[in-house]
Amino acid sequence: MAKKTISGVTVDVNEEGYFTNPAQWNKEMAVEIAKEEGIHLTEKHVAILVFLRERFAKGEALTIRSVGNSGLVDIKGFYGLFPGAPMKKAAKIAGIPKPASCI
Amino acid sequence: MANEEFPLKKVCIICAKGTLEDVYAALIMGNGAVMEGIETKLFFTFFGLDAITTKTMNSLHTGVTGNPSMRMPGGLPFPTLLGVIPGVEAGVSAMMRNQINKADIPPVKEFLEMIDAGGGEVFACKLGMDMFKLKREDLWEGVKEVLTVGQFYEKCGGLQTQIIFT
Repeated sequence: MAKKTISGVTVDVNEEGYFTNPAQWNKEMAVEIAKEEGIHLTEKHVAILVFLRERFAKGEALTIRSVGNSGLVDIKGFYGLFPGAPMKKAAKIAGIPKPASCI
Repeated sequence: MANEEFPLKKVCIICAKGTLEDVYAALIMGNGAVMEGIETKLFFTFFGLDAITTKTMNSLHTGVTGNPSMRMPGGLPFPTLLGVIPGVEAGVSAMMRNQINKADIPPVKEFLEMIDAGGGEVFACKLGMDMFKLKREDLWEGVKEVLTVGQFYEKCGGLQTQIIFT
C-alpha cells in the first residue's frame, strides 16, 4: 500500500491515489487533492463530497444517477463541477475508494 | 504500457437492434464511456430506432423465443414454446424492466438524458428512418441529428477511437 502526504498528514492511498481509509480524510485535504485535479473547491463541491462519503459509509453504490437524485445537483451540473470523469474525480477528492459501479 | 500511452479518446456505438437487452448494452457502454470522460457518440439504426422513438422507448421488449439464455424465475430453462402464448413476452419484458430498475439502471429515456447531460451525443440513421417511415418529430427530443452512414463515419475519425457494434 502506498502513502501520500496531503496537507502535512500522511495517509494511506492505493496506487492510483484513492484513499484506502476514508477516516483519514478531512476537508483541508480535499482542497489540496482538488487542486491537483485542477478543481477549485466550492461549497457545492463539498456538499457532493459529503453526500458521496455518506453513501459509501452506508455501503450504497456510487452511481451518477444517485448524485442526480440527491437534490444537490443535476447530472449536467455534476459533470460541470467535476469535469471529465466526475464520479472518479469526486471519489478521489472525497477520500473514498475508486467507485466500482458501471452506471 | 500502450494502455496508458494511448488511452481511448472516443467511442462510437452503433445500436441496430430494438430488444431491451440490446438497447441496454448500447446505453450502458455509452454511458460508461461518458462517465470516464471519453467522447461518446451513439448511432441508432434499424430496429434500434425504437430506443429513441418517443412512443416505444420506454416499453421495449425482450425476445422470449429462440433465446437459449432465457430462464424461468428460479433458474429453470424457459421453454421456447411458452413464448408464443399471447401476453408472455409482455410479462417477461415487464419483469426484465423491473429487474433493471432494481439494479438502479434507469429507464431508457432517463438513461439517454444522463448520456446527454454528460456530453454524449445521440444520432438517428436516415436510411432506417426512411424505411420505418419515421419523422424527426417521432424521435426523442435529445437526438442531435439524423445522419447518413457516411456522415456518421465522418464523426468517427481521429486517433484512439473505437467503433462498437452492439
